[in-house]
Amino acid sequence: MIFVRLILVNLLRHRIRTFISVAGIAFSVAAMLTVVTVLQGAIGMFSGILSSGAEMIVFERNVSDLFFSDVPSASATELATWPMVERADPVLFGVVSSADQPIVTCFGVTATDARIRDAEWIAGNPAEFGRDENSIALGERAATFLGATVGQQIPVGHGSFRVMGIVRTRNGFEDGGVFMPLGAARKFFHKEGASAVTIKLRDKSQAGAFKAAVQQRYPNLIALEDAEFSRSYSQFKILKATAWAVGGCGLALGGLGVANTMIMSVFTRIREIAILRVNGFSNAQIAATIFGEAALVSLAGAVAGLMIGIGALYALKGIPALHGYIDVTLHPALVGLVALLAVLTGVAGAVYPAAYAMRIRAVEALRFE
Amino acid sequence: MTTEIPPPETKAVTIRALDVRKSYEQGAIAVLKGVDLEVRRGEVVALCGPSGCGKSTLLHLAGGLDEPDSGTIEVNGRTLDTRRSMVNFLRHEVGFVFQLHNLIPDLTMEENCLLPAVAAGSSRLEANERLLTLATRIGLEHRLRQRIHKLSGGERQRAAICRALMNRPSILLADEPTGALDERSSAAVFELLLELVRQEGATLLMATHDLTLASTCDRVVQMHDGKIHED
Repeated sequence: MIFVRLILVNLLRHRIRTFISVAGIAFSVAAMLTVVTVLQGAIGMFSGILSSGAEMIVFERNVSDLFFSDVPSASATELATWPMVERADPVLFGVVSSADQPIVTCFGVTATDARIRDAEWIAGNPAEFGRDENSIALGERAATFLGATVGQQIPVGHGSFRVMGIVRTRNGFEDGGVFMPLGAARKFFHKEGASAVTIKLRDKSQAGAFKAAVQQRYPNLIALEDAEFSRSYSQFKILKATAWAVGGCGLALGGLGVANTMIMSVFTRIREIAILRVNGFSNAQIAATIFGEAALVSLAGAVAGLMIGIGALYALKGIPALHGYIDVTLHPALVGLVALLAVLTGVAGAVYPAAYAMRIRAVEALRFE
Repeated sequence: MTTEIPPPETKAVTIRALDVRKSYEQGAIAVLKGVDLEVRRGEVVALCGPSGCGKSTLLHLAGGLDEPDSGTIEVNGRTLDTRRSMVNFLRHEVGFVFQLHNLIPDLTMEENCLLPAVAAGSSRLEANERLLTLATRIGLEHRLRQRIHKLSGGERQRAAICRALMNRPSILLADEPTGALDERSSAAVFELLLELVRQEGATLLMATHDLTLASTCDRVVQMHDGKIHED
C-alpha cells in the first residue's frame, strides 16, 4: 500500500506534468485506435464488395491491384458451369470521374449479381438493370453527390448514361459507386473480361478442390478464399501496415512523453530516492516505483485514449459525408492490443529513468544537507 | 536474580575503523586521513569537531553508504564491502538520523516511519505494532496520520528517530540530529534519542557540534582535520 502511495504521491505532486503525460498517451491511443479501426473497417468494406455473398474470388495471378486484373470472359462463363460452383459472378472494377467528383468507383456487373439482386432499390426497377447498356444504377450516396434522379441523363467519365435506378447498400464504397451493366463497363474501360469472378460454392468444404482445379485449368488465374484474399492482398497489407505505423509513431511519441516525465520525476527527487535507499530500498524496489509511475500514467492514458478514440469514431460515423465509410466495429482484441501497447510503451519509457534512479548514490545526494 | 551489566570496555566491538582514509575530487580533498576508532555495543559516542573535519564522512562509511579509499570498517565483526549489496545491512543493522529530518513531505508520519519495514518486507501487523510502540514512546502516537508538513521541527525529528529505529537496528548513526532545532527542542529531542537508544540496546554514533549534548554521551571523540585527536 505504501508502495502505491509513493507512486501516487509523486504523480499528484506534479499534477500538470502528470496530466500532460496522460494526455500524450491518451491522444496516441486515440489516434491509433481511430486510424486502425477506420482502415480495418475500410478493408472490411472493400472485402465485402469483393465477396458480396460469395466465398471465393478468382482473379489474375501476380497483379498488384485488382483494377489491373483481367479474367477472360470465357473463363468466367466456364467457371459458372463447374459442378461444384453454385454461382460465378464476374465483376469489373473501374474508376471514373464525374462533374465535381474526381473519383467515382464503377462496378460492371451482371443483372443477376448479388450486388444488384440483394440491394435495396430506392428508385427504379431492378428487373430493368442490364436491358439497356446505356442505363446505369447509382448508389444512394453517389446519386446525392451527383445530384441525379431516375430518368436523368448524367455524364460519367467520357460517356453519358441514363439513371435507371438508385440503390441503398450497407457498404459505403458501393453506396458511392456507379453500377453499369457488365457489357457496357467492358466497352467503357476497354476490357474484354472482368477484374474478378466471385464464386459461391455449393459446398464450402470444396474450397481446396476448387483452388486446385483453377490452378490446373487456368495457370494465369488464382482462386483465394475471402479471408485468404484479405490477408494476402497487397493493398490491404499496405493499408494495415500504414495504420499500425501511424499508430505506432503516435504511441512512440506518447512513450517519449512518459520518458521525459519520468526523467524529470527522477531528477527532481534524487534526494527522496536517496532517502529510500538509506531506508533499505533495493534497486528493484526503487525501479518498481519508477515503473509503477510510468505504468499508472500509461494505463490512465490508455483508458482515456480508448474513450476519446471510441468517441471520435462514433463522431466520424455520424458525419453524413462519411456515411458507410466508417465502420465502428470495435474488436476487443484490437482494443486490448492498443491498450497493452500503450502501457508497454509507457513502461519502456521508464527504462532509462529507472536505470538512472538505480545509480543514485545516497551518500552523494545526502552529503550536502 | 540480578543481571550484572558489563562495563562498555568488556562488550563486543560493534564498529571498528582501521586506518580509514577517504578523499574526494580524485584525492584532491582528503577528508579522513587515517582514522582508527572502536565503538562497543550499547555505547553512545559523540563525534565532535569543526565542520569539514570528516565526522559525516565517517558516519557514511560506518553506515555502508560509501567506501573508504583505504583501511577497513567492520560492523558487528563483518568488514563492510560496498561493492556488494548493502541492502540487507541497511535494512537490518543500521539506522540513520540526519540533521534535516529527510522525511517524505507528502506522506504521513505513519507512512514515512513504515518505509524501512516496507523495504525489509516485514509483516504489516508487526510493523504497525512496532510503529505504535515507538510512536507512543516519542509521544507522537496521535500524529501518525498527519502529513509531515503539519508537524513541528521537533516532531519531525522525533519521527525521523522513530523511522530509524523501526527495524530494530543494532547501530544508530546520527548526523547532527538536533542541528536544525532550537535549543529547547534540541535538548528534548536529544534526551528522547538517548532514552530510546538505551531502551533498544542500540549503539549510537553521533556527529555533533554541541558540546553540551556531547558531554552527556558515554564517550566524546574529538576529530580534527580528518583525524581523531582525543578519545
